[in-house]
Amino acid sequence: MYRETQIIKHAQKASSNGGNLEEAGDLVINVGPQHPSTHGVLHLVITLHGETIKNVEPHLGYIHRSIEKMCESLSYRQFIYVTSRMDYLSSHINNHGCAMCVEKGLQVEIPPRAKVIRVLMDELTRLASHQLWWGAMAMDVGALTPFFHAFREREMINDIMEETCGARLTMNYMVPGGVMYDIHPNFQKRVKEFIEEFKKKIDEYDELVTGNIIFQNRMKGVGYLTKEDAISYGCTGPTARGSGVSCDIRKLYPYEVYDQVQFNEIIETDGDCFARYLVRMQEMRQSLSMVEQLIDNIPEGDFQAKTKAVLKLPKGEFYSKIETARGEFGVYIVSEGGTTPYRIKFRSPGFSNLSALNHMAKGYKIGDLVAIMGTLDLVIPDIDR
Amino acid sequence: MFLKDYISDVFNATKSLLKGMRRTGYYFTHHKEIITQQYPEVKQALPERFRGEVVMPHDENNEHACTGCTACELACPNATIKIITKFDVTPDGKKKKALDTFVYHLELCTMCNLCVQACPTDAIKMAQTFEHSVYDRSRLTKKLNEPGSKIRAGVE
Ligand code: SF4
Ligand code: SF4
Repeated sequence: MYRETQIIKHAQKASSNGGNLEEAGDLVINVGPQHPSTHGVLHLVITLHGETIKNVEPHLGYIHRSIEKMCESLSYRQFIYVTSRMDYLSSHINNHGCAMCVEKGLQVEIPPRAKVIRVLMDELTRLASHQLWWGAMAMDVGALTPFFHAFREREMINDIMEETCGARLTMNYMVPGGVMYDIHPNFQKRVKEFIEEFKKKIDEYDELVTGNIIFQNRMKGVGYLTKEDAISYGCTGPTARGSGVSCDIRKLYPYEVYDQVQFNEIIETDGDCFARYLVRMQEMRQSLSMVEQLIDNIPEGDFQAKTKAVLKLPKGEFYSKIETARGEFGVYIVSEGGTTPYRIKFRSPGFSNLSALNHMAKGYKIGDLVAIMGTLDLVIPDIDR
Repeated sequence: MFLKDYISDVFNATKSLLKGMRRTGYYFTHHKEIITQQYPEVKQALPERFRGEVVMPHDENNEHACTGCTACELACPNATIKIITKFDVTPDGKKKKALDTFVYHLELCTMCNLCVQACPTDAIKMAQTFEHSVYDRSRLTKKLNEPGSKIRAGVE
């Protein structure tokens, strides 16, 4: 209720003084589009009263590439690679969601080996993404060293990806029907090495940043988002789970082999920046345990189901959703029965999470805005598409 | 009470900072843990699956395996490949489609590997090169089949 009345009040005020929210003594500043703390080309118009934030208005469109429109002219095999360019830190997971949607349309069952490989890759991607977020988060609030620590561990995952998938960031490894190649012979060995190494390092992460009193003071009690607001803004992923919303697609609508592995959905109820931070830190441990459970149990068999060279989806609408490192990623395909989709719509987690920014930042100091944005884990190409 | 809280806050803050500094001190004294590489001097070998550029392998007789079927051109999402075909006359007087020029625009390529997967004769593959910078953009447009090369006998 609070939120709605606020919006109405703002709208009334804006219309009464010619569309401007600011009063005398307010300052309007632009952050971005080229600003290091926005993690990309995000443009924020901030209305300040002294140092207190009165309004934050994100302006989008600086990296809009019209991916959805582009996909309409690409075939069902080709459009998947474009989605790596949306949320580039969860490119595997984006590709996975698209491949799943196409498989739903084709009604092919993918082999068990491919399922396990896909989940392994997804979890490794999630780890890499959270590692990068952790480094960037600490850097946002003023600690530079963790960034290098995070990149050191992320490099190990990147090397594993490079060896098996052939690329480090935009892998294009998930194809309709399975995965592009079988795993590299070294894959299992190197992943185990990584698990051993990272188990030690994640304690180091906690020691270095989580327990730090300066860091905690910057994060605790900042950027509150209540459960109701998280739901009404459509937040998903760690952002919503930090506010106590249970929304993990892996748990609620299990796909591939997520119903066979043991893991907990991490939920914190505080709703502040520190809660969101803790959710991601614990998610890393969960992902690690999932990788550990699966790495020795990759079933033998094919890594790709037989599909036709030219894919044609039957007439109809198909939707599939998947949990990326940032939340729920949905793919909606409308097919007319041809070789290219009639319409594709992506539901990207970053866009909805960003929409809560104004609500979360209002009333806090300008220095807190960076911390709030950091815990939203924004990837701008994912928001703009 | 206030003073007691204040002092314990200061004490806790110092403790947490020292804990963090211990990590920093550890790395300061353990040089073996340094993982950076001196790039242009030391070059790491890239894994064989690494996708750096599309190349067409030729054997010692300057022969390749490309039939000019254009499957790769159709599979490519960004029109990176352009196949120009010609008609060869076989010894028994028949006309046969063959590759004339394989044009590859490196500047458009996203290294997605779809062309390599689409090729029925394995005529192209990904190379492990990555230092692609040149001074002139036109040099990124490449002709993959070597001059005077022809199709290997027996490849259909
Ligand atoms: S790798 Fe992808 S973008 Fe590059 S030529 Fe092949 S199909 Fe086209
Ligand atoms: S490279 Fe392969 S797919 Fe492309 S034209 Fe030659 S034979 Fe056909």
